[in-house]
Amino acid sequence: MIRFDSVSKTYPRQARPALRDVSLEIERGEFVFLVGSSGSGKSTFLRLVLREERASHGQVHVLGKDLGRLSNWKVPQMRRQLGTVFQDFRLLPNKTVGENVAFALEVIGRSRGQIRKTVPEVLELVGLGGKEDRMPGELSGGEQQRVAIARAFVNRPMLLIADEPTGNLDPQTSVGIMKLLDRINRTGTTVIMATHDQQIVDQMRKRVIELEQGRLVRDQSRGVYGYQH
Amino acid sequence: MRGQFVLSEIFTGLRRNLTMTFAVIVSVGISLALLGSSLLANQQVSAMKGYWYDKVQVAIYLCNKNDAENDPQHCDRGAVTGQQKREIEADLKKLDVVEKVYYEPKDEAFKHYQEQFKDSPLASSLTPDQMQESFRVKLEDPTKYDVIASAFGGRAGVQEVQDQRALLEPLFGLLDGMNKAALFVMALMLVVAMLLIVNTVRVSAFSRRRETGIMRLVGASSFYIQMPFILEAAIAGLIGAALACGMLLLGKYALIDQFLAEQIQVVNFVGYDAVLQQLPWVVGVGLLMPSLAAFLTLRKYLNV
Repeated sequence: MIRFDSVSKTYPRQARPALRDVSLEIERGEFVFLVGSSGSGKSTFLRLVLREERASHGQVHVLGKDLGRLSNWKVPQMRRQLGTVFQDFRLLPNKTVGENVAFALEVIGRSRGQIRKTVPEVLELVGLGGKEDRMPGELSGGEQQRVAIARAFVNRPMLLIADEPTGNLDPQTSVGIMKLLDRINRTGTTVIMATHDQQIVDQMRKRVIELEQGRLVRDQSRGVYGYQH
Repeated sequence: MRGQFVLSEIFTGLRRNLTMTFAVIVSVGISLALLGSSLLANQQVSAMKGYWYDKVQVAIYLCNKNDAENDPQHCDRGAVTGQQKREIEADLKKLDVVEKVYYEPKDEAFKHYQEQFKDSPLASSLTPDQMQESFRVKLEDPTKYDVIASAFGGRAGVQEVQDQRALLEPLFGLLDGMNKAALFVMALMLVVAMLLIVNTVRVSAFSRRRETGIMRLVGASSFYIQMPFILEAAIAGLIGAALACGMLLLGKYALIDQFLAEQIQVVNFVGYDAVLQQLPWVVGVGLLMPSLAAFLTLRKYLNV
């Protein structure tokens, strides 16, 4: 599903690399936590998987494709097989919940009939059945994140990338979001989640990948957060 | 591609930047109107040059049978005779400064006149008989007009020796100067219009960065993401082009038909067909330039 071969990434005009010689493999259907302090390279790791950036050295394979060799015009096709969720939800404030989810399908040219059928289904799945016509501003943070997850998942991606999805939520709401991500994982979708939330990692007992100053320092199946503040 | 979705995006964008859109439309309109006028001015010059202007420098008009009355000073002995014509032609060819001599008989003169003044009422009132025969002379050195004038000026059968360049050159010089000025202002306005478009697209891209960011993430193609911006610019350009077309047609009607054509009847002004011929160019440039400017701006600011 994902393979990093000695991947390094140095941003322009920066002496210190954001990632150094990282090699790892993530299998189909896995649930992986990506932990590490701020600036440890988590975001760079995710940006490389999304091909927002290219590796400076080494190879990044996602869904069987070498992203370093993937030409720019093929990137959109690749991203359609990925779903992405962020800490700040990134919903469109002037569109309803339903329209926000539909937007992801509209812009990749799905038919109206298909959209009408899929959107309520996925909203039901994330626990927002019947809230289709609400505006994001009327929803709680947890509900907004569910909308974002619905949007990320509506295309039934092979891989879901979540960048601190519970970062803005209280612990109880976070548990709900984690249950949802776990359920999505059980449908066969690989989930990679970057997080600072020790409790969640310790509870879930999933694979933990820890980065420190751009280096891979720990890769543990059924791990705990373990990172000392 | 969902047409309705794209359309609604475009009009939201245009509305959001109403002042900027207006500025784009006006500057595109003015620059294109100037482009059209300059193209028309070129047509006007070539229409006025007529058949001979670029080929010869000197015309030797020969007396026809009417000139004995009309111009007794030069043609007191009536129409030119065959003998006189042969002598003139032979003498012309003997001169070193003469490069080439054309003889234009009456019916050819009539034909060229009809071509040049086909839109004018003067053309229909003439008959071939009223036309003058002439020799058209091409000189090795166009400034040596004097040689011809002094050699043939007072000759029997010659009504007048005319240096066509001297007659029309100042006028064409003026038209040419105006034309260049119009082109210069047009280029300037077009640059202004392009800069406005660059700015509009930049603002537009910034205010919609949330949408475009999401589009990128969910895998919308660059084409799909860029299309609304480019169409936005193209539509503004098209409205500007329509404005320019209106100005050209209005100019033709108000300035040429209602004013110049009344004042200066001997000049054959360009007709509506000539104006209409320029409009596709105006519309083409009006569509293409803004789209191109938008496209290039997006490459820089949309990061797709």
